[in-house]
Amino acid sequence: MVNQQTIVTRRRSASVAGERVFDFIVYAIAGLIMLIVLYPLLFVLSASFSDPVRVMNGDLWLLPVGFTLDAYKEIFRYDAVWTGYRNTLLYTGVGTIINVTMTTLAAYPLSRRDLPGRRILMFLITFTMFFNGGMIPTYLVVKNLHLVDTMWAMIVPTAIATYNLIVMRTYFQNSIPWELQEASMIDGCTNTRLLLHIILPLSKPIIAVMVLFYAVNQWNAFFNALIYLRDDALYPLQLVLREILIVSQSSYLDSSGSTFGMTEKLLLAESIKYGLIIIASIPVIMMYPFVQKHFVKGVMIGSIKE
Amino acid sequence: MENWRRAWKRALSRYDLYLMLLLPVAWYVVFQYGPMYGVQIAFRDYIPVKGITGSDWVGFDNFDRFFSSYYFGRLLWNTVSISLLSLLIAFPIPILLALLVTEIRSQRFKKLLQNITYMPHFISVVVIVGMLQLFLDPKSGFVNLILNAFGFESVPFMESEGWFKTILVGSNIWQNMGWASIIYIAALSGINPHLYEAAMVDGASRLRRLWHISLPGITPIMIIMLILDVGAFMNVGFEKILLMQNDLNRGASDVIQTFIYNNGILQGDFSYSAAVGLFNSAINFTLLVLINGYARRKAETSLW
Repeated sequence: MVNQQTIVTRRRSASVAGERVFDFIVYAIAGLIMLIVLYPLLFVLSASFSDPVRVMNGDLWLLPVGFTLDAYKEIFRYDAVWTGYRNTLLYTGVGTIINVTMTTLAAYPLSRRDLPGRRILMFLITFTMFFNGGMIPTYLVVKNLHLVDTMWAMIVPTAIATYNLIVMRTYFQNSIPWELQEASMIDGCTNTRLLLHIILPLSKPIIAVMVLFYAVNQWNAFFNALIYLRDDALYPLQLVLREILIVSQSSYLDSSGSTFGMTEKLLLAESIKYGLIIIASIPVIMMYPFVQKHFVKGVMIGSIKE
Repeated sequence: MENWRRAWKRALSRYDLYLMLLLPVAWYVVFQYGPMYGVQIAFRDYIPVKGITGSDWVGFDNFDRFFSSYYFGRLLWNTVSISLLSLLIAFPIPILLALLVTEIRSQRFKKLLQNITYMPHFISVVVIVGMLQLFLDPKSGFVNLILNAFGFESVPFMESEGWFKTILVGSNIWQNMGWASIIYIAALSGINPHLYEAAMVDGASRLRRLWHISLPGITPIMIIMLILDVGAFMNVGFEKILLMQNDLNRGASDVIQTFIYNNGILQGDFSYSAAVGLFNSAINFTLLVLINGYARRKAETSLW
């Protein structure tokens, strides 16, 4: 693009002014978009460190006003939040391992062009992306398997995401030379060995993408918890958040041994909500700068059509 | 006969591949095709102790009940209008954003814009709705504080039918425009640079190049994305709607999927809500087949 642009400016000096205006508009819109996206996020961050009275008076614009850590101190007392955090870590950890294993086990054989029945299997798998039994019949299956009110309800029904399976299969097909696989087969290598010792070491980028896609999904999952979990000892963080942020269950905010009085607590409730948003989003936001290029790669591979 | 035997031998020699497929295929059978088998309760009066096939067959009774229900018109209108609003407004914005990104000459600024706009995608729906409630609160939300500062009265945004769809679609755009633009940015970077050079030699302005080269260059991927969106036309991201729903905005926020949740999961009216769900998926699937066929004939781009 850049040298095309220089050619143009050399050739047509008359249009330079037009180019300038165009550039100006592009940068102005881009700046505005960044502002719109960033402002709410920064506001939450600042509000969580601010004096709730001043936030409610509208004193907060960008930087914290009346800096305080009270909200975070209070959050640290809530057992429900930490139980939720622990559950979410567990579901995300175990869930992601199962997700990636199952997806690999499906994607590799289906990437093999010498697999008899591959087309029909792919059709039956892809079909589920566009038609499925729906919420109620799925719920009944999970219920009849006695998974309701166990941690497995958060993991097993979402063990494979078909979209991810297709992305991984596309990677295996396009990025690993078929000749390599054939050569190993001729050398008498079994498929298990081939997968473990040749394919997987060559597939680190796609495995990273899968781990990230699935982990973020597990971390943010709330709907399955809402329909499958009754026991609040099993609640993942998102469900606890829902109770506090949206349903505004003040009972969750009732923790004995709090150092704050009733009115202070009502005020603090707002700051606590801001603080909770930060605490719940921190793992994802912190890893974001390091992993975002993997995510983007995942989307790109997904866009390759056969 | 000979062919069959050869196919069998071929399959047998790759038994370990099938072994790997065993668990995933079992999962698909149980958790994807199991519910498809179970969807027949839509035509039955399902009683859990009798089981699926043991329950009485009632034909289309559950569907009749839904079509003649007081809520049917409202549910259908809300679902369709939210979906149309998304297609008309939320669908084109990532395309415009992608075009904008590729027009930025400074690489660092471009990266910055991309990184910032991708970020909200990773925030959970629960947190997004929680943020909406905090920001739009009539007493303490900063949006209303700004309105007050300009002399306007507070608006109870989250408790209003009139604002519901705007807030829903608006926050969806805020969260997803960046992420959805990736695929278009990828497509734009794949356009042959010679096309642009030739256009420049002909004296085409940047805007004209955008219109005559960039846009046609990403039309196939636009069509694919449109087909996928239309195939989920009736789903309307209901998990977020469910979180935003309250008694005061129900007139605008009751969609088919939330109705299924309320009747099926909360009240245990399984057959009825399975029928409503089947109606929903049937419309989605029909729309998908129709638009895919149309796109294949008219634009020669399609999913299959």
